[in-house]
This record gives sequence, structure tokens and C-alpha cells, in this order.
Amino acid sequence: MDMNAYLSMFIDESNDHLQSLNENLLRLESSPEDLSIVQDIFRSAHTLKGMSATMGFEDLAHLTHEMENVLDLVRNGKLRMNSFIFDTLFKGLDALESMVQDIVGGGTGSADVSELVGVLKKIVSGEITADSEVAAASAAAAAPVQQAGEIELDQFQFSVLQQSIGSGHRVLKAVVTIREDCVLKSARAYMVFNVLEQAGEVVKSQPSVQDIEQEKFDRSFTVFLISQWTSDELKQQIGSVSEIESVEVTELDADALAALSRPSRPSEPERKTDKPQAGAAAGSAERKAPASGGAVAKTIRVDIERLDVLMNLFSELLIDRVRLEQLASEIRSNELTETVEHMSRISADLQNIVMKLRMVPVETVFNRFPRMVRDLAKSLDKKVDLIITGAETELDRTVIDEIGDPLVHLLRNSVDHGIEPVEKRLEAGKPETGTVHLRAFHSGNNVFIEIEDDGGGIRRDKVLATAVKRGIITEEQGKTMSDEEVYMLIFAPGFSTADKVSDISGRGVGLDVVKSKINALGGSVTVTSELGKGTVFSIQLPLTLSIISAMLLKLGSEKYAIPLSSIMETTVVKRSQIHNIHGNAMTEFRGAIIPVVSLAELIDSPDYDDSREEECEAVIIRKGDKWAAVLVDDFIGQSDIVLKPLGKYLSGYNVISGATILGDGQVALIIDPNALIK
Amino acid sequence: MGEELKVIVFALADEQYGIEVDKVRTIERMMPITRVPKTPAFVKGVINLRGVVIPVIDLRGRFGLPETEPTESSRIIIVQVNDLEVGFIVDAANDVIDIDSDHIDSPPEVVGGIKAKYLRGVAKMDDNRLLIMLNLVEVLNKDEIIQLEQFEG
Repeated sequence: MDMNAYLSMFIDESNDHLQSLNENLLRLESSPEDLSIVQDIFRSAHTLKGMSATMGFEDLAHLTHEMENVLDLVRNGKLRMNSFIFDTLFKGLDALESMVQDIVGGGTGSADVSELVGVLKKIVSGEITADSEVAAASAAAAAPVQQAGEIELDQFQFSVLQQSIGSGHRVLKAVVTIREDCVLKSARAYMVFNVLEQAGEVVKSQPSVQDIEQEKFDRSFTVFLISQWTSDELKQQIGSVSEIESVEVTELDADALAALSRPSRPSEPERKTDKPQAGAAAGSAERKAPASGGAVAKTIRVDIERLDVLMNLFSELLIDRVRLEQLASEIRSNELTETVEHMSRISADLQNIVMKLRMVPVETVFNRFPRMVRDLAKSLDKKVDLIITGAETELDRTVIDEIGDPLVHLLRNSVDHGIEPVEKRLEAGKPETGTVHLRAFHSGNNVFIEIEDDGGGIRRDKVLATAVKRGIITEEQGKTMSDEEVYMLIFAPGFSTADKVSDISGRGVGLDVVKSKINALGGSVTVTSELGKGTVFSIQLPLTLSIISAMLLKLGSEKYAIPLSSIMETTVVKRSQIHNIHGNAMTEFRGAIIPVVSLAELIDSPDYDDSREEECEAVIIRKGDKWAAVLVDDFIGQSDIVLKPLGKYLSGYNVISGATILGDGQVALIIDPNALIK
Repeated sequence: MGEELKVIVFALADEQYGIEVDKVRTIERMMPITRVPKTPAFVKGVINLRGVVIPVIDLRGRFGLPETEPTESSRIIIVQVNDLEVGFIVDAANDVIDIDSDHIDSPPEVVGGIKAKYLRGVAKMDDNRLLIMLNLVEVLNKDEIIQLEQFEG
């Protein structure tokens, strides 16, 4: 069998499983009582083990197997999770992840897992135990449940029994009690089971067969079996085993069975009232469950390159559409116009779908953060809750690919510098656990991502002092700056306010990189802060990078496009309104003095010169809170354009950010408005 | 005998030049070129090649030869080297020939006014003409363009 054909599938699925393992372990950590989460974890681990063994990745399978053993004990209530086990499992996950990464990189996926395997084995064998008190408590909590004789049939067992009744078999319930003076209870029980197996098929035994074999039962056990025997026959046969005190056999019909399966539910709240804390934790987990594990959308995996090709083909179509619209308006044939209009509508719908195909929920980036924040908080000895909202918000794939690193940086910054150590928080009268909110939401044609912490906030004086010390601004400048301007200084290259340099953040490289990366994506980042209350970083991102609305304009014989997103309005500027102030052309616009930029001059227009014009068309553009009037020849109109890169050979020229193809097949260049405002 | 090389032959000024066929994506007739501001003079601009925007340079200008107006026989040769895709404006492109890699000699210092570092070698063709093989990586070297700009600026 050619394994290579399956390799990419294996990698994809392994990553999915690792991700869900990570998520579920985190969920379990916050509600350790919820065994249904353990089931989910166990299932993922089991699948991963099977897959990697099939693919021949022995180390991967080996480590997963040991983790599975630990989980199995937890699942069956024989082991209670504690922070040591959690840490070990997380370490195991890290090791698995790096092995899978190795496989992605063409490696063999082998790694030395013996140490981790050793620790896991010790956990299984009980050499490393949860603190014994907790274990005892759980045993005590579990015991009354068993003695009350409640028997929980799970869905599967219930349906098996029900079907047996339906198909004419007898379903018998036998309660066997062994004499008190019996020495070898398990041996007697074994003999009883021998009889039972002759009689039919045992569907459910309470306690489990394993427990009975190990003598982990009091004196009685209950068995459900499917049999052809009558209840009297069975009773007689079991009674013939010596040292049996009593045998009760009842035949169950469908109604009795249904009644049996029901009481298991009402019994749950009772247990919760016993242990209110655990109950609350389980409750919250239940509420979360449908969101993360509930609806499974039907999807197929598509190679990203194919989507890019689709996008390219579509943009070709868009160009032809514009051309056809032009022709139709020239030829003025009704039939042609109708057809073209119809095609336009379809292509608009198609555009929507193609764009949507490229949209990915930010969840794909966000889902690694809970783990990261957990580890970070632990290493810093802080307590931090990360609350994520709006993870379903969608962004273009290109943006998603790039936004991860800046977000990691800002989050690390919030946990490291924002959230104070526990003692400080208590001193300040705050809860000892700090909260970091990570929010994503749509607004117009933009997506906002906010990172808010309830930490100490940014200290204006400290930032100013550092900025002056690092030579970013002078003391004079600092005095007149607004709070917002001061906060933005932390994005300046070579800036760091942390007293100590930690390996997490705080070397001053980073926040400036964050800012330039976000700017490169066509977005912006702002920061607001309140001393003692916390800090909010707000990132604004464009929804998509491939099709934008733009204003097309003419400059002599040449055509250019300016993204509509940075245009505030269009206007007419008279030559007499342009004043020369300190060698800079300025004009008055709505009560403010703003610079005037001659586009013709900036791009060395060969056949247009605005200084000859008495009245000039102008676009007012904005970058942050700076404005400028850009003089142009004439407006052509507003249009959706498809962004095309200029090609690597011409990258790095500032004024032009890209190109687009117009309806007539000509290339028009897109002006980068950021380059027009200094 | 060395390897057989398939080579596209094109004319520039009075010389014949060659580029390996596997580096050439397509050869196009002249088409409208959109000027890109703030670029060196030999960068003529960008063209729309079936939906892809591709920069075009005048090979005469690149080699410091006097530039001429395009004629009926002028062609744009689209080459692809590494991840760069660029069009060359040449006087004419008319032939594909096979040459033996053993017949390529290392170039003399200056051939036809072009610096040796842009050249891979000189091949002798059957009819005793000389074919100048281009070193495309050097021709498309961006660092040099940036230096050029600094000279001009």
C-alpha cells in the first residue's frame, strides 16, 4: 500500500485530533468531574494511536498508547486527575505535536519518548498517585452510589436489551448475594458467571466483571442477561453453586426495562447536591459542550492552491464582466443588455461565494491561545482566565495566516506586563485571577480583534520616561502629547517598559513588529488604557485583501486607483486656496489646515501638471487622524477591483501598492494612500 | 559530447542572444504597457498577461545599449527564474536551436558592450555565427537595480 497517498490525510487528521485533545484537556482541567470529557479525550487519543500505528509511526503510537492507559483509568473512575497528571498529559501532547510537525517536515516522526512513557507508566501503576486524600474522597463518593443499587444502563445496553425483547428473547435480571462467611468471593462469583454464560449472554453487570474478578464488590452483584431460560430455571442453576445466600431472578418486559433506564438521570442531581462545587463545574461544562462538540458541519478539505486558482479565474471573469457591460452600453441592444445584466447578477452572487470560500473563522488562530495562556500564566505564577468571544468571526485566509504572530505577541504582553502578580492584585482589591478577553467582531467592512486585560494599565510617566531615555522623543515633545499618543509610543522600535527582561516578552522587539505587520495587512492597531483598571489593544483588519472597492481616477493618459477605505470625500480645490506654509502646500478643509499632495508630481506624470489648472479635483484621504488633499486630474468612478501583486521584481516601490486589470484589459496601478501622508 | 541544450534565439542591437527554452514561459507580441512610477528607466512598466500582472524591462536599457522605438518585429519574452517572472523587450525572436553545452565558451570581458557577468558564455553556431548565452540570474539581480537607483538619485 502506498502510504504517501495517505500521509497528508494522516497529518490533517492528527492535527485535528491533537487540537481537540488540547481543547478537551483544558475543559477537563476546569471541570475535572465531567467524565464525558474524558470519554471525548479517550476517543481522540485512541483514534490517533490507531492511525499512527497504521502509518508505522511507532513512537507516536507508543506514547499515545501510554496516555490512553492513563485516560482509561480516569475514565473508569480508578484514577483522579490532578495537576501532575494534567501537566504530564500536556507534555505528552507537546511531544506528539512536535512528532507530527516532524512528519509534516518530511521526517520520520520518531522521538525519544521513553522518559514521558516512564512517567505515564508510573501514573498507571500508581507509583505516582494523586494525593491519597482526594483519591479516598472519590472512592467514598463513588461507594454510596453503588450500594444504593442504582444500575445505570447506557444507551447501547438499553437498546440491545430492548431489541432482544422485541425479537422474542427473555431479558433476565439476576441479583446474586454471596454468603457473608464466604472466603473466596470472586471464585464463587466466577462460578455464577459460568452458569450465566451457559444460560445466555451477559449484557451488563454491576459492578463490572473486572471488579468482581478482583473482588472489588461487597456481597451482591446484579446482572442483566439475554437468555432462552426461564427465570426459575436460572434461579435453580445459580442456587446450585455453593455459598450463595440468595438469588433473585426477575424477567423484564419492555416497560420494566424503560423504567430501569430512567432512574439513572434523576439520580444525578442528588450527587451534585452532595458535592456542590463539583456539580457547578460539571454544569458549566455541560453548557459548553454543545458549542464545541455539538454540531459537526459537513465539510470537505480543499487544497488552498485550488481556491487561489478559483479566485484568479473569477477575477478574470470579473474583468470580462466589466468589459461586457461597457460594450452593452455602447451597442444598446436590448437583448444584449438584458443578458449582460443577468450575467452581472450571477457573477455578483458568484463573487460572494468565492469570497466566502476563502473566509476562515478566526477560531483556527484563536484555538491555540487557551493553552498558551495557561502555560504562560503557570510559568509566571499568575492566575489568568482567557475568555474568547466571537471565535466564529470570519476573515480572509491571507489575513488569518498572518495575524497569528501579532496576536501571540499582544496576548503574551497582556499576561506578562498587563496582569499583575497575585499579591499585587489582592493588594489592589482585585480578584486574584486576572482576566484577559479576546474578542473578534465584524463592523462594516472591517473585522476588529480586541485584547483586553484587567491588569495594572499603562503608566504614562513610565512610558514617557523610557521613550525619552531611548531617544524616541524629547522631553519637550512628551509634555504636549495626549495619553493616546503616549500609549502608541510602546509600538515604537526599541521600546520596553518591563523592569525585568523576561524570556516571554519585554525585549522591546515585538510590539513594533506587531504594528508593522498589522499595517502591512492594511489594518491598524490602537491602545487605550486606564491606570489600575487595565488595557485594551484594538486591531482593525480589512475583511479581505483580494477584492476591494476603489476610486478610479485619471491623470493625463494614465489611470490609477485609490482604495475607497482611505478616501473620506472628493472635493474641488482652487489654486487660490492652496497656501504655501514653510515650503509645504496646505489648504483649509472644514476648518482644519491639511497638506496638499500633488499626485502628478509624486508619480512623475508624463502628460499632466496640476499647477497649470485653476481648479483641481481632489480626494481627501485619511491615515489615522492625519488628513491630506490629493490633487488629481479627473475621476472615472467607483468600482470593485481585483488586487494583483506587481510581481516580486517590482516589490519595494513605495507609492504603488499593487495593480488591477481594468475592463479594457489595461493594467491600472493602485496608489498606497499611506505613502501619501507622511 | 556534452548535453544538448534547446535555446531560444533573439536579436538585440546587432547580436544574437540565447536563453534556455525551459526558462522561457512564452513569447508575446508588443502590447500596451502601463508605466510604473519611481522605477529605473529600463523598467518599462507592467503588462496584463492573461490576467497576471508582469513587469517588463527593456533589455537594451538594462545592458546600457541605446533604446529604440519598438518595431513590428519587437517581442516580449516572458522568462521565469526562481520565483521571478519578468518580460524582456527584444528586437526580434525568431528561432529555436539545439546547441551542445561543450560548445559554450566562457565569455570574453565585454561582448557587444555588455558586461561579462550578465553572460553565461558564448556558443558557436553551425553557420559560424556567435550566440551569446545570458546569465538570467544576474540580469534579474535586484540588488543591482537598487544600486543603480542610488546612482541616479
